[in-house]
Amino acid sequence: MLLEVNDLDLRYGRTHAVAGVSLKVQEGEIVAVLGANGAGKSSLLKAVLGTVKPAGGSIRFSGADITTSPVPHRIRNGLVLVPEGRRILVSMTIHENLLLGAGLREDRTTLPREIDAIYDRFSNLAARRDMPAAVLSGGEQQMLAIGRAMLAKPRLMMLDEPSLGLSPLLVDRVFSLLHELNTNGMSLLLVEQNTRKTLELASRGYVLELGRMVMAGPADALLADEGLQRAYLGAG
Amino acid sequence: MSGYVAGILAVLAINLLLAYAVFLPAAAGMINLGAAGFMAIGAYVSAYLDVEYGLALPLCLLAGAVVSMVMGCLVAIPLLRTKGVYMVLATLAFGEIVSGALINMEAVGGAAGYPVTTFIDMPVIVAMAVCGLLLVVYLLSTRFGLAMRSIHDDEQATALFGINVRRVKVMAFTIGAGFAGVAGALYGHHYNYIEVANFNLMLSTYTLLYVLIGGTQTAFGPLVGAAIFSLMPEMLRGSEHWRFVIFAVLIIATMALRPEGVVTRHGLARLFGRRKVEG
Repeated sequence: MLLEVNDLDLRYGRTHAVAGVSLKVQEGEIVAVLGANGAGKSSLLKAVLGTVKPAGGSIRFSGADITTSPVPHRIRNGLVLVPEGRRILVSMTIHENLLLGAGLREDRTTLPREIDAIYDRFSNLAARRDMPAAVLSGGEQQMLAIGRAMLAKPRLMMLDEPSLGLSPLLVDRVFSLLHELNTNGMSLLLVEQNTRKTLELASRGYVLELGRMVMAGPADALLADEGLQRAYLGAG
Repeated sequence: MSGYVAGILAVLAINLLLAYAVFLPAAAGMINLGAAGFMAIGAYVSAYLDVEYGLALPLCLLAGAVVSMVMGCLVAIPLLRTKGVYMVLATLAFGEIVSGALINMEAVGGAAGYPVTTFIDMPVIVAMAVCGLLLVVYLLSTRFGLAMRSIHDDEQATALFGINVRRVKVMAFTIGAGFAGVAGALYGHHYNYIEVANFNLMLSTYTLLYVLIGGTQTAFGPLVGAAIFSLMPEMLRGSEHWRFVIFAVLIIATMALRPEGVVTRHGLARLFGRRKVEG
């Protein structure tokens, strides 16, 4: 098991953001976490990365308990988060943004080649590598955010609403990129509000509601679920 | 070289080193309005070791830098809890505390000032400033430099890369304090006399101003800022009463028209054509 979250509790002051949530990601899997705004999806990802400290429960990553490990330790072990709203560093150049993604890596011999590979993949980024990242469109920024995360050489990439604010065409591009990354062996934990597309990509899904896990199962079963369809897919 | 030019060059070099005490924290999104306080620490430590113990000059300078850095580190840790105007006030208070402490310290002359024995000539000061400039250029090119600028852009996003934001900020502030310490030590040995009034709030304010006006994106911003601030009063000397007015107008104009500072990374790249900007 790559990631194992057990009975996780997250609190901000007296509010419970996440209560008793358990979730698993196997090696090579794409797992979706669905739910409305405020369901606790982002908090869950932050807790796995370590920027939010859990009030209870445990987190295991590739066999080791990381519940109290510092963030750098988790990143070195292969966890990475593409944050909500991409969080590109707009006054730094595109190239510098990519370098920051590789910031903690000890093995840097292949880094130039990997950066070149990212430029090959995203020609829009290559053409503007020395310009401030502020010049990029929303879709390009998302590609940069994903490229930046790839350079950390993660085993599990967590993405917080990568389709947020993108046109349908760009959403398709992002999802096909995620599919490709997965085909190349990367596991993905995907938080989304774009329920249908996400479940078409993922193998399994969880549904959060107000911090509690209300549904879990294979993606096709969730897609066919009537309750979920009414709540999130706008059908029936 | 005339004594006049040499004098101005020495001032410029000391101002540049002092500027980095503001620049390095600023590059990591912090504000230091206590630069003169750190400068005073460096000046008095170096002068005291020189006068009382006759220690070799390099050791005096080193001690001035180290003590200033230790103080910088001690100030930076609680400073992490402050933001914006509170950070400004906290660093301002630090500068005032240093002044207050020194003026009551009889061992270093108190309010009467403190004569410094060993003289350091202008070329050495300029050489030190050049080394300082190169050190900052190098620092900015490292992963540490990248982390500082990333924090400046977005502190929370920087933490997501696993960068220890607190450590980087404390280090930036501490290294900056070291620069101020060296600037102070050189100042003392160049003029052979120091008093608390040399390191007042006005100096901290001017330093912060000229760093912001020069630009906080590249190591050359403070150079241009320090040059403007060191040379402009001299160039405007002809109109004795008006020069401060003209000076003030220039400052306000720069802030209004070019808030990112005179020197920007993009501007440098265009100037030297090192990096082609493609469409």
